[in-house]
Amino acid sequence: METVKTPQKLLVTVSPHIKSEETTARIMWSVNLALLPATLMGVYFFGPLAALTVALSIVSAVIFEYLYQRALKKPIATNDGSAFLTGLLLGLNLPPVVPFYIPIIGSFVAVVITKQLFGGLGYNVFNPALIGRAFLLISFPKLMTVWKEPTAAFVQIDAKTTATPLGILKEEGLGKLIEVFGDTANLYTQLFVGHRAGSIGETSAIAILIGAAFLIYRGYISWHIPVSFLGSAAIIAWIFGAKGALFAGDPIIHLISGGMLIGAFFMATDYVTCPAVKTGQLIFGAGCGILTMIIRLKGGYPEGVMFAILIMNCFAPLIDRGFKTRVFGQLKAVKK
Amino acid sequence: MAHQDNISYKELILNGIVKENTIFKLALSLCPAIAVTSSLRNGFLMGVAVMFVQVMVNMTISLMRSFIHPRIRLPIFMLVISGWVTITDMSMAAFAPDAYKQMGLYIQLIVAFASILARAEMFASKNNIMPSMFDGLGMGIGFMFALTVISFFRELLGKGALWGVSILNAKPLLIMVLPAGGFFAVGILMALFNWINSLYSSTTTSHH
Repeated sequence: METVKTPQKLLVTVSPHIKSEETTARIMWSVNLALLPATLMGVYFFGPLAALTVALSIVSAVIFEYLYQRALKKPIATNDGSAFLTGLLLGLNLPPVVPFYIPIIGSFVAVVITKQLFGGLGYNVFNPALIGRAFLLISFPKLMTVWKEPTAAFVQIDAKTTATPLGILKEEGLGKLIEVFGDTANLYTQLFVGHRAGSIGETSAIAILIGAAFLIYRGYISWHIPVSFLGSAAIIAWIFGAKGALFAGDPIIHLISGGMLIGAFFMATDYVTCPAVKTGQLIFGAGCGILTMIIRLKGGYPEGVMFAILIMNCFAPLIDRGFKTRVFGQLKAVKK
Repeated sequence: MAHQDNISYKELILNGIVKENTIFKLALSLCPAIAVTSSLRNGFLMGVAVMFVQVMVNMTISLMRSFIHPRIRLPIFMLVISGWVTITDMSMAAFAPDAYKQMGLYIQLIVAFASILARAEMFASKNNIMPSMFDGLGMGIGFMFALTVISFFRELLGKGALWGVSILNAKPLLIMVLPAGGFFAVGILMALFNWINSLYSSTTTSHH
């Protein structure tokens, strides 16, 4: 927007003179692009209704952003892709078959209440899409836990419902889960490809990893939060995952089921709501991983990624304070 | 003392309901506004209890104001407040035992309400008994109004019911009866109240 293409006058500016091409809009649209594989896989497995849910979520998020900014006479910033991203993330975290008002209410809570009322982009304490989903899960517990069985056949509209792998794991244990999928190898493969019940965009591990690799390659997210998030979760799953015995759990199932991957790569790494300092990001990620596993293993819900990230969002400013880096060129404060 | 000459009783009452509404304007006593407003009956009864305590405390302090030594006025105020709260507490336990079971703790907490102590300090200890009574009445009605409105929306949206009677046959927004929904309801209604108020006051000032 403010890049000068043909400098007609002599520009005199202070350093730094090398400017980055990166803008908020560019980063946001890149993240949207990185979520494309996961979206496509979700639509492939869950059918056109899932596509409709995601689309409705995106459109309503952008419209709410526009209406709010218009009503409060703020500059209209719907082009920067952040409302689009919020809508997309919310849509990808919804069950495939939900009534039409679910994504709309979720978008309203996410964009208007969580983001704009706190001051807009950059000022929100919590990840908007996750608050939107938490609001929906608490308000409509039944509608938000109807899981459609994945079918690769695009034409099949009849929805058969089933339990998510984590739901089975919680209610009936690992043995039943392996029984449902045949054997362990098949279970891993199906989870990795995404042929399982779950939220629209969270099921396909491979699609999420492709998008995440793109973001890491472009330098938009660093490895710190995902690695410490997944690492701590894997360690806890390994130690406490099995009933009755320590160090016998299966960390891989926990890593590639539920919203673990999309949460670790796309939700917890949200610039606004995670710590800015790298050391702090390691703590933040570890906190997310530990809380997720506590909720999964001991809590009432089968899945805990959402609440874990939201809880750690509260601590992000505190972590930033604790691991503040020293500003170069300043003297250390003299202690009296 | 100059207060009472130029402010009518009507203005005193309106002041408590609109201009200095405990919940929506001063943002005081928010704990009960969230804790007891999950049903309309509890919200309303809490409002009535607070109104009664506020009026009686204001009147008592106003009567005693000439012989309360300024240095020990706050302990005296607290004694008077706790006296009236105890009376309310015991009366409720006797005459509305069902409601008391759910909100007994919050009735006792009225002792610590900032709004009641603030009115005793700022108004009742400087004014005659009649203005003090109307001031307490206004503040009490304002508080009761706020709690009733909040609990109306929370019970309607969260339970699909009003005063315990189911009317919607569905629970549109379950989160509204949970504590988180209390914060949502208070925040949104506070914004709405101030927005309407600002519309009204900007039109009236333009007339002057």
